[in-house]
Amino acid sequence: MTTPSVPDLLEVTDLRTVFHTARGDVRAVDGVSFRLAAGETLGLVGESGSGKSVLGRTVMGLISSGPTTTVTGSVRIGGHDVHALKPSARRRLWGPEVAMVFQDPMTSLNPVKRVGTHLTETLRRHLHCSRTEATERAVDLLRQVGIPEPARRLRQYPHELSGGMRQRVVIATALACDPRLLIADEPTTALDVTVQKQILDLLGSLVAERDMAMLLVSHDLGAVAGRTDRVQVMYAGRTVESGATRPVFAAPEHPYTEALLASIPNLAHPPHTVLRAIEGNPPDMARPPLGCRFAPRCGRAAAGCTDELPLLVGVPGSAGVTGREVACHHPVGLSAPLEGNRHGR
Amino acid sequence: MLAPEPIAVRRRDTRPVLLLTGALLLALGLAVAGWAAGTTVLVTLVRMLVLVAGILAAIAGLGRVARGVRGKPVDVVFWLGMTWLVLILGAAALAPLLPLGNADDSVAGLTSPIFAAPGGIGAEHPLGTNNYGLDVLARAVFGARTSILVALMAVLIGTTVGGLVGMVSGFVRGTTDRIVGILSNALLAVPPLILLIALGTVLDPSIRSIAFALSLLTIPSMVRLARANTITVAEREFVLAARALGAGRVRLLLREVLPNVVLPVLSLAVVMISVLVVAEASLSFLGIGIEQPAPTWGNMIAEGQGGVMEDHPYIVVVPGICLFLTVFSFNLLGEKAQKRWDPRAAKL
Repeated sequence: MTTPSVPDLLEVTDLRTVFHTARGDVRAVDGVSFRLAAGETLGLVGESGSGKSVLGRTVMGLISSGPTTTVTGSVRIGGHDVHALKPSARRRLWGPEVAMVFQDPMTSLNPVKRVGTHLTETLRRHLHCSRTEATERAVDLLRQVGIPEPARRLRQYPHELSGGMRQRVVIATALACDPRLLIADEPTTALDVTVQKQILDLLGSLVAERDMAMLLVSHDLGAVAGRTDRVQVMYAGRTVESGATRPVFAAPEHPYTEALLASIPNLAHPPHTVLRAIEGNPPDMARPPLGCRFAPRCGRAAAGCTDELPLLVGVPGSAGVTGREVACHHPVGLSAPLEGNRHGR
Repeated sequence: MLAPEPIAVRRRDTRPVLLLTGALLLALGLAVAGWAAGTTVLVTLVRMLVLVAGILAAIAGLGRVARGVRGKPVDVVFWLGMTWLVLILGAAALAPLLPLGNADDSVAGLTSPIFAAPGGIGAEHPLGTNNYGLDVLARAVFGARTSILVALMAVLIGTTVGGLVGMVSGFVRGTTDRIVGILSNALLAVPPLILLIALGTVLDPSIRSIAFALSLLTIPSMVRLARANTITVAEREFVLAARALGAGRVRLLLREVLPNVVLPVLSLAVVMISVLVVAEASLSFLGIGIEQPAPTWGNMIAEGQGGVMEDHPYIVVVPGICLFLTVFSFNLLGEKAQKRWDPRAAKL
């Protein structure tokens, strides 16, 4: 093993987020690890309640240990251990190091503040620019995110803009301090389909231009498929499969990934084809099933599946090292069970 | 090509008809009201009824005239109320500069006639004098100064303190929130008049201490309103988004929450002004507010006690009408403000 000369921008190791609720401990994120280098885009997919958004917020440090929450494991952004930092020091990372694009542009802009104020406030606080400098930069940012007539838009209020324009403003505020890592938490869920594509294309080109790293959280496989380098499929707080985007979607190993892909309506199918939805619901995270968490809904589940939790292990490929990992006792593409994914009890 | 079709107007609603009928109604109403105010032919009760009917007719006439001029319905009552507020606030602010009679110098009043009847415009005492020979018009204007000043000061203190406390407790939650909740509920549990009487016995009867006592009445409801609004605003995603850009707690509170909480709090403040004008009048009527000979509307009304009102009704009618119109106008303003700034309607 050779250690890379440039350390990865983001390094998440065995991250767990546990919420202490009246119903018991809810393990929203349960031992997730991944790395992300500059210029790379990682897609985080899974259905509602799979812990994607909590993971995104824990990575950023917006969710941290407190009276009702316990975070273990580590998140290192640009060498800083986010959860070991004091809150004031962590706040200084937010903006210049890491920024977040939120789901709903209708609610993530303050209705009583002008578009320009959203941008210039952040600029003046972090970069200590003067008022005129901040305004110039704000105009520039709006132009970069493809907003026509940026100088006029600065003086408008959020409600005067369309949803897509608002999401562009949200992206511009996130980019204001040149973050090295951008976490996009379902950035297109609240938008029209046609606008979704524009926003995703914009994010993709911004990542390429600025050599940023991006964590794209989404339940929309289509959004992730064309625009990420790697993808990590989450189920019930755990990673069930990860690897380079193209092979994962071309030949899923985990039955959950396969079922997710099968549930996408396909235009090539004849009309009135029954959509293959995944039966059942994700497990109650306060009382997760004992073995594989997907076993109760899995078509390939065998006797051993409900007893032992499968671990994430590398999938042997034709080329040797594929970076492909799956957590399943009976992966789709392989007939024999994988070596090493069982707990040594 | 399609020409735009003229919109049919009902004949009785055309502009000249509106102006003519409106002006007639206005003149007739004013004439009836004026006659009823001055006549001795009728019994008091009937006189009052005729007076009110005349005023209503005049307002309806004014509404028609306004509609004829503007071309669309106008809320005449609201604009009359605002006119009254501008007049009374202007008079109160400029009272020392106006050519008014003797308002509170009872020694100088010895040389003036007592209980002089209202002389009308141009007379030495347009609205008459009281039992010390003090000019009722001057007292009404200076009384407005005290009443409105006290109410405004109290609302200012109550809104600032209550609004800030409520915002902080709604934003911080936890123990702070529980303690604030207990304190504000305790304050609400004490009957207001008893609280004021108790405070009146302890504090000296100056404008400042009465404003302080009255502000205690507004604080609990302000705390509740500000707290409830803060909680709903703090949950919205833009607060999280600002936090994710490195904003600290103080900045979040001042830049994200405060601008969203200020409007509903202000609209309650306007309604509170009218409540406090009445509260101050009640205190002064009971003799524990502003003391004679300094005038307020409350102690002016109290002068009518003991048979004075039956012989000299203007002693009570003048401050009574001032009080009524002011409270009514502030309520209209507050209602408009709440409708305009309703937090439920401001959901972007």
